Amino acid sequence: MARIDLVDLAHSYGGPDADPSTFALKPTSMTWRQGGAYALLGPSGCGKTTLLNIISGIVRPSRGKVLFDGKDVMALSTQQRNIAQVFQFPVIYDTMTVGENLAFPLKNRGLPRAQIAARVAEIARLLDLGPVLARKANRLSVDAKQKISLGRGLVRADVAAILFDEPLTVIDPGLKWELRSKLKVLHRALDLTMIYVTHDQTEALTFADTVVVMHEGSVVQTGTPEELFVRPAHTFVGYFIGSPGMNVLPAEVRGRQARIAGHPLGLDKSYALPAGARIEIGIRPEFVKVAAPAPGLLSAEIERIDDLGRSRFARLRVGDLRMAARMPKGLAIAGSAAGLVFDPAQIHVYADSRRVEGTA
Amino acid sequence: MEKITNQKGWFLVLPVFALVAFSAVIPLMTVVNYSVQDTFGNNKFFWNGIGWYQELLSPSTELGGRFFASLWRNLAFSAIVLAIEMPLGIVVALAMPREGWGVAFSLVVLALPLLIPWNVVGTIWQIFGRTDIGLLGYTLNWLGSDYNYVANPLDAWLTIIAMDVWHWSSLVALLCYAGLKSIPEAFYQAASIDGASRWAVFRAIQLPKMKRVLLIAGLLRFMDSFMIYTEPFVVTGGGPGNSTTFLSIELVKLALGQFDLGKAAAMSIVYMLIIIIVCWVYYTVMTNAGEDRGSARGGP
Repeated sequence: MARIDLVDLAHSYGGPDADPSTFALKPTSMTWRQGGAYALLGPSGCGKTTLLNIISGIVRPSRGKVLFDGKDVMALSTQQRNIAQVFQFPVIYDTMTVGENLAFPLKNRGLPRAQIAARVAEIARLLDLGPVLARKANRLSVDAKQKISLGRGLVRADVAAILFDEPLTVIDPGLKWELRSKLKVLHRALDLTMIYVTHDQTEALTFADTVVVMHEGSVVQTGTPEELFVRPAHTFVGYFIGSPGMNVLPAEVRGRQARIAGHPLGLDKSYALPAGARIEIGIRPEFVKVAAPAPGLLSAEIERIDDLGRSRFARLRVGDLRMAARMPKGLAIAGSAAGLVFDPAQIHVYADSRRVEGTA
Repeated sequence: MEKITNQKGWFLVLPVFALVAFSAVIPLMTVVNYSVQDTFGNNKFFWNGIGWYQELLSPSTELGGRFFASLWRNLAFSAIVLAIEMPLGIVVALAMPREGWGVAFSLVVLALPLLIPWNVVGTIWQIFGRTDIGLLGYTLNWLGSDYNYVANPLDAWLTIIAMDVWHWSSLVALLCYAGLKSIPEAFYQAASIDGASRWAVFRAIQLPKMKRVLLIAGLLRFMDSFMIYTEPFVVTGGGPGNSTTFLSIELVKLALGQFDLGKAAAMSIVYMLIIIIVCWVYYTVMTNAGEDRGSARGGP
């Protein structure tokens, strides 16, 4: 159990002298609080796994250091750091039974037999592995094998943190839900720091109380799921989180007014923007309402309507921009012409992709 | 859906059948034919039924005595070289570098003995072991040992075993290395996170993952060592006495030395059957070893 600090960490697989723009992990400093449930969210190749492997000690960073409870652990091996890690694909010891697999990390640390047996039984119960404990692990299905891998990660009670590297990729969708909620229960019960790497926003948002979004080797935002949804700090976060993603539209912003495709939009706050920056406004489709065309509304052309069951979203074209907007219940529009109603409080202004805070 | 019957495929495998028939089946049948007949030269043959087989398999006859003596010798030789080469190959494979220039270097060095023709290997060791001009023999004598592979059966055996280990351990090492290379990095990472010792990594990951290649290596080494001919023939010629006369050497003595085609043919057939049976038993036992004997395949 530990608080983990990353101090000015950076990593390049091409060595420390490589071009900084090619770094797999760009300079990053952050703190993971003890007992937190974190999700590390981002698309493939954004540096999530690199960051995870640096924490566990599998990868030595090109720069910076990792502290556990304030103590520098850079010189320590993975084993000495006392970290548990679960990998994307099941890693099981072929010759052992399920029970022996679960007991392996404890046995290697010389725990008394009775304690091992009790701990293995507990984890097996939590993961529904009880009935297969005596079976050879290599004959089980991929789902069951991954549960064993998870179990080996969870079986040690005294770890500094448990790191999950997209552990549910190979698992059936139905079982995924179940295992995710189990992990959540376990997190509450064990009071351990858990870091969960995933590229699936649903997985991240349901598991974590803090989500860390990564993009091209940098952490672009850290926050609760709600913060990520309501106030995306980076256009990437807006686009990556939410379905459909946030509308990001090139705009001109002057004071309290924005212009998209020549149409003026009122803003809630006043913005002073750096000269020469690329200015965009972002608004989630949930806060743009489709209405019948009317003077004063931004006019758009409906391309198609996606019915997601509980809500409907229209895919629209405004000039040569594309965006999505919510279709109010019961609204029927004849033809493809429509008007758009924006919620001014939900419009964010981005300069070079980063969110700018306005003044009242 | 109705099953469509199409026998055209047989025509496609016909050339293979013909080839195998000419290269293996027909020559084999010739041997079977010889094994039930006796000849006194002049291309005259007499029916002998299973006579040669009866003689061969009863240790009290001259033929049977020679056969069993060389059979035990050969089995002992195979067991000894397997017992040395398998662990040695594993150890060498584990010690080989995983990346960098050392990989190519060690692969080339290991492949070298495998590239040398059998009789050249025999000649190398024949000279190497000589007490008058050979580095090994001369040095051992100089150190005070009375090593002499021409006169002492034990020394002859040690020389031949050392030669076989020198010649073939590389093969086991290369196969094991291939097996080791196929283990995903995640297994080592997981093991280090699980706090596994070096020995535990070997027992729990490397050995099980090498099981397949070890099985193949064992089969190849058994077959090869059980059929060994050229190297001992060049080094010791089967001596001193008959102490290094293995089955194949005995067979050649019978067939070409004494021109006893019937006896030699019967011995060839039994020799072949032994190899097939031992390999089959070995393979079956090894592939079934350690399998789950519990419930059927599949998930919980």
